[in-house]
Amino acid sequence: MTTIIKAEGLNKHYRLGSMLRKVSINALDNVNLAVESDEPVIVSIVGESGSGKTTLAKVVLRLVEPSSGKAVVYDTVVAGAGQQTDPVAFLRTVQPIFQNPFEAFSSYRTVDAYLADTARRVNRLDGPAATRAIEEALAAVGLKYQDVKGKYPNQFSGGELQRVSIARALIPQPSIIIADEPVSMIDASLRMNIVNLFLRLKKEYRTSFLYITHDLATAYYISDYIAVMYRGSIVEVGQARQVLASPQHPYTRLLLDSIPSTNRKWTGRGFVASDIETKEFQLTGCKFANRCPLVQQICRTQRPEPRRQDDGRDVYCHFV
Amino acid sequence: MIKLNNIVATYTTRRGQVNAVDGVSLEIPRGIILGIAGESGCGKSTLMKVIYGDIGYPLALSNGGVEYGFADEKGHPVTSATIRKQWFRRISYIPQSSMSSMNPVVRIREQFVDFQGPGLNKAKVLEEVRAYIRQLDLPAEAIDAYPHQLSGGMRQRVMVAMATFFQPDLILADEPTTALDVVVQKGILLLLMELQAKMRNTIIFVSHDMGVHYQITHKMLIMYAARAVEYGDSEAIFKAPLHPYTRMLIRSLPTIGDTQLREGVSGRPPSLWENLQGCRFAARCPLATELCRTRDPAFIEHRPGQFAACHYPGEQSIPLEAAA
Ligand SMILES: Nc1ncnc2c1ncn2[C@@H]1O[C@H](COP(=O)(O)OP(=O)(O)OP(=O)(O)O)[C@@H](O)[C@H]1O
Ligand SMILES: Nc1ncnc2c1ncn2[C@@H]1O[C@H](COP(=O)(O)OP(=O)(O)OP(=O)(O)O)[C@@H](O)[C@H]1O
Ligand code: SF4
Ligand SMILES: [Mg+2]
Ligand SMILES: [Mg+2]
Repeated sequence: MTTIIKAEGLNKHYRLGSMLRKVSINALDNVNLAVESDEPVIVSIVGESGSGKTTLAKVVLRLVEPSSGKAVVYDTVVAGAGQQTDPVAFLRTVQPIFQNPFEAFSSYRTVDAYLADTARRVNRLDGPAATRAIEEALAAVGLKYQDVKGKYPNQFSGGELQRVSIARALIPQPSIIIADEPVSMIDASLRMNIVNLFLRLKKEYRTSFLYITHDLATAYYISDYIAVMYRGSIVEVGQARQVLASPQHPYTRLLLDSIPSTNRKWTGRGFVASDIETKEFQLTGCKFANRCPLVQQICRTQRPEPRRQDDGRDVYCHFV
Repeated sequence: MIKLNNIVATYTTRRGQVNAVDGVSLEIPRGIILGIAGESGCGKSTLMKVIYGDIGYPLALSNGGVEYGFADEKGHPVTSATIRKQWFRRISYIPQSSMSSMNPVVRIREQFVDFQGPGLNKAKVLEEVRAYIRQLDLPAEAIDAYPHQLSGGMRQRVMVAMATFFQPDLILADEPTTALDVVVQKGILLLLMELQAKMRNTIIFVSHDMGVHYQITHKMLIMYAARAVEYGDSEAIFKAPLHPYTRMLIRSLPTIGDTQLREGVSGRPPSLWENLQGCRFAARCPLATELCRTRDPAFIEHRPGQFAACHYPGEQSIPLEAAA
């Protein structure tokens, strides 16, 4: 079996503040995850804003060095002890789609220059062959090369630029695409085309995905596995359809309850977030304790260990 | 009443000029939340810029304009030509990414004061701001922080606070919650709805999330390829859309628990650079006929208060829910 993606005791601490008053944020707090398969898979990471999803993606992409722990992608150790390095081989295996396309492209360069770069550096393609590869990738996301050529990032709408950045990741036909909120700026109808494209790539090109999203419905629709994160930690992880259809962790339940549906209107007030978030990142007990309807004394003092359920999922809660 | 009169907004590029909004006319009653939805690149943000009056190279207003339905200090009706003078006080704007619109090295409280424009008693404003922030359940420390010290959700709530502080007549919000998780999003939207119900001002809200539109909007505008294609009460639009694109937009929503394959709208919108003829949706429309391909459908009222630009409005042959 191939280890598609694995995190072993991953930690990432960020230090904030001045020399005198240092605060540390555990953006990743002992994250463990393992997906092994002979078939390509789509693994979704969902959860709170600021819970460490992008940090996890960046560790896997070698853009952030973890404070401790190990990460493996397609049987290659990409971070931590025994790290293997060959930049070009790495880019042939793993390609990113970054969260904010306006930050991913420099405003002083036309975006097609990035597409040509990828075709040349990773696929070793030049001239008409490169153009063909670029045209094909752009067509897959519903864009015309002609409408993209020669334009700078600020000449695109948000969704258009997001699609260019998806197209760029498709050019090398990688084994796995790390897609950080790839459809956040794309409307409902086009969004379905993009996620259907991911399903097609998985089937036809055997591409796996790490799909980071706030859109739980598309996560349900395309993913095989899902991990739910809160304040730097995984709170529930397992097969996507089971986790989303019958959530066990109180945070996963709150998350699913908050989806704006088109058949029942909200009543009452929203959930008032506890706001001094940096403090919650440092709680020694369960990080959800301050907001949890099930909270007991033990939750405040002891970090819950994962509890394996019959369906194979792990739930990090004292009371499941 | 806010009136958009045949607005044409044009970008100048090296390739030439392109109309990103191409003849949009609309009457928006005051005191409602209007939602705008439509395909990526159809001109939603450009229309918001025009309404905010944030026009300047490379964007130009090449035809029409906005009548805001309120008067300035001298009693003159405010229009596109004069709206800039009303920024912050009568009209405010919540951009998609608060991070990029906040200065990272300046504390929130200073930005709050700068944001409100010159000529104010800073200390007094700040005191009012603190009181207001507490009313909104935001911790008072929030305004003493630098933007990066706040989470994305907190920053957006601070933006909502800034945008509503002067109780402006009109608030524009361009995808203010797309970057946030649904728990935080719900908190912010409920806050916005509560404030709107209290202040009775008008909010124009762009979102890709049809669920968000269903929850918070009173009326909806659906845009396609630089045009308005449907406008009406949100409830009516969700129950009985007139335009096939609206139907498809609603239908393409997947929900948790349904596993059948869902198709988006296949194909792509016409390039605005091409010579456009007939209905702009015709190439992707399952109902399209020769008439659609040759004659541009007018944007007219087909049911009381419900407008659409389609030769076959309300045609039922595209089911709202894909067959089970
Ligand atoms: N370079 C950095 N320096 C300091 N803190 C950081 C840095 N990058 C991220 N953080 C903090 O680490 C935490 C996790 O951030 P991350 O971007 O991984 O979250 P996320 O789950 O991707 O959030 P979102 O859903 O908003 O994209 C946040 O509290 C963030 O403020
Ligand atoms: N500065 C610019 N120069 C040239 N063209 C532009 C510029 N900004 C936007 N456009 C074009 O104008 C059209 C409308 O863009 P706009 O940003 O209004 O779309 P949108 O509906 O907000 O899309 P999204 O949902 O993706 O945010 C797009 O085709 C875009 O490429
Ligand atoms: S006018 Fe014709 S092509 Fe256009 S939306 Fe209506 S039926 Fe479809
Ligand atoms: Mg992120
Ligand atoms: Mg936009």
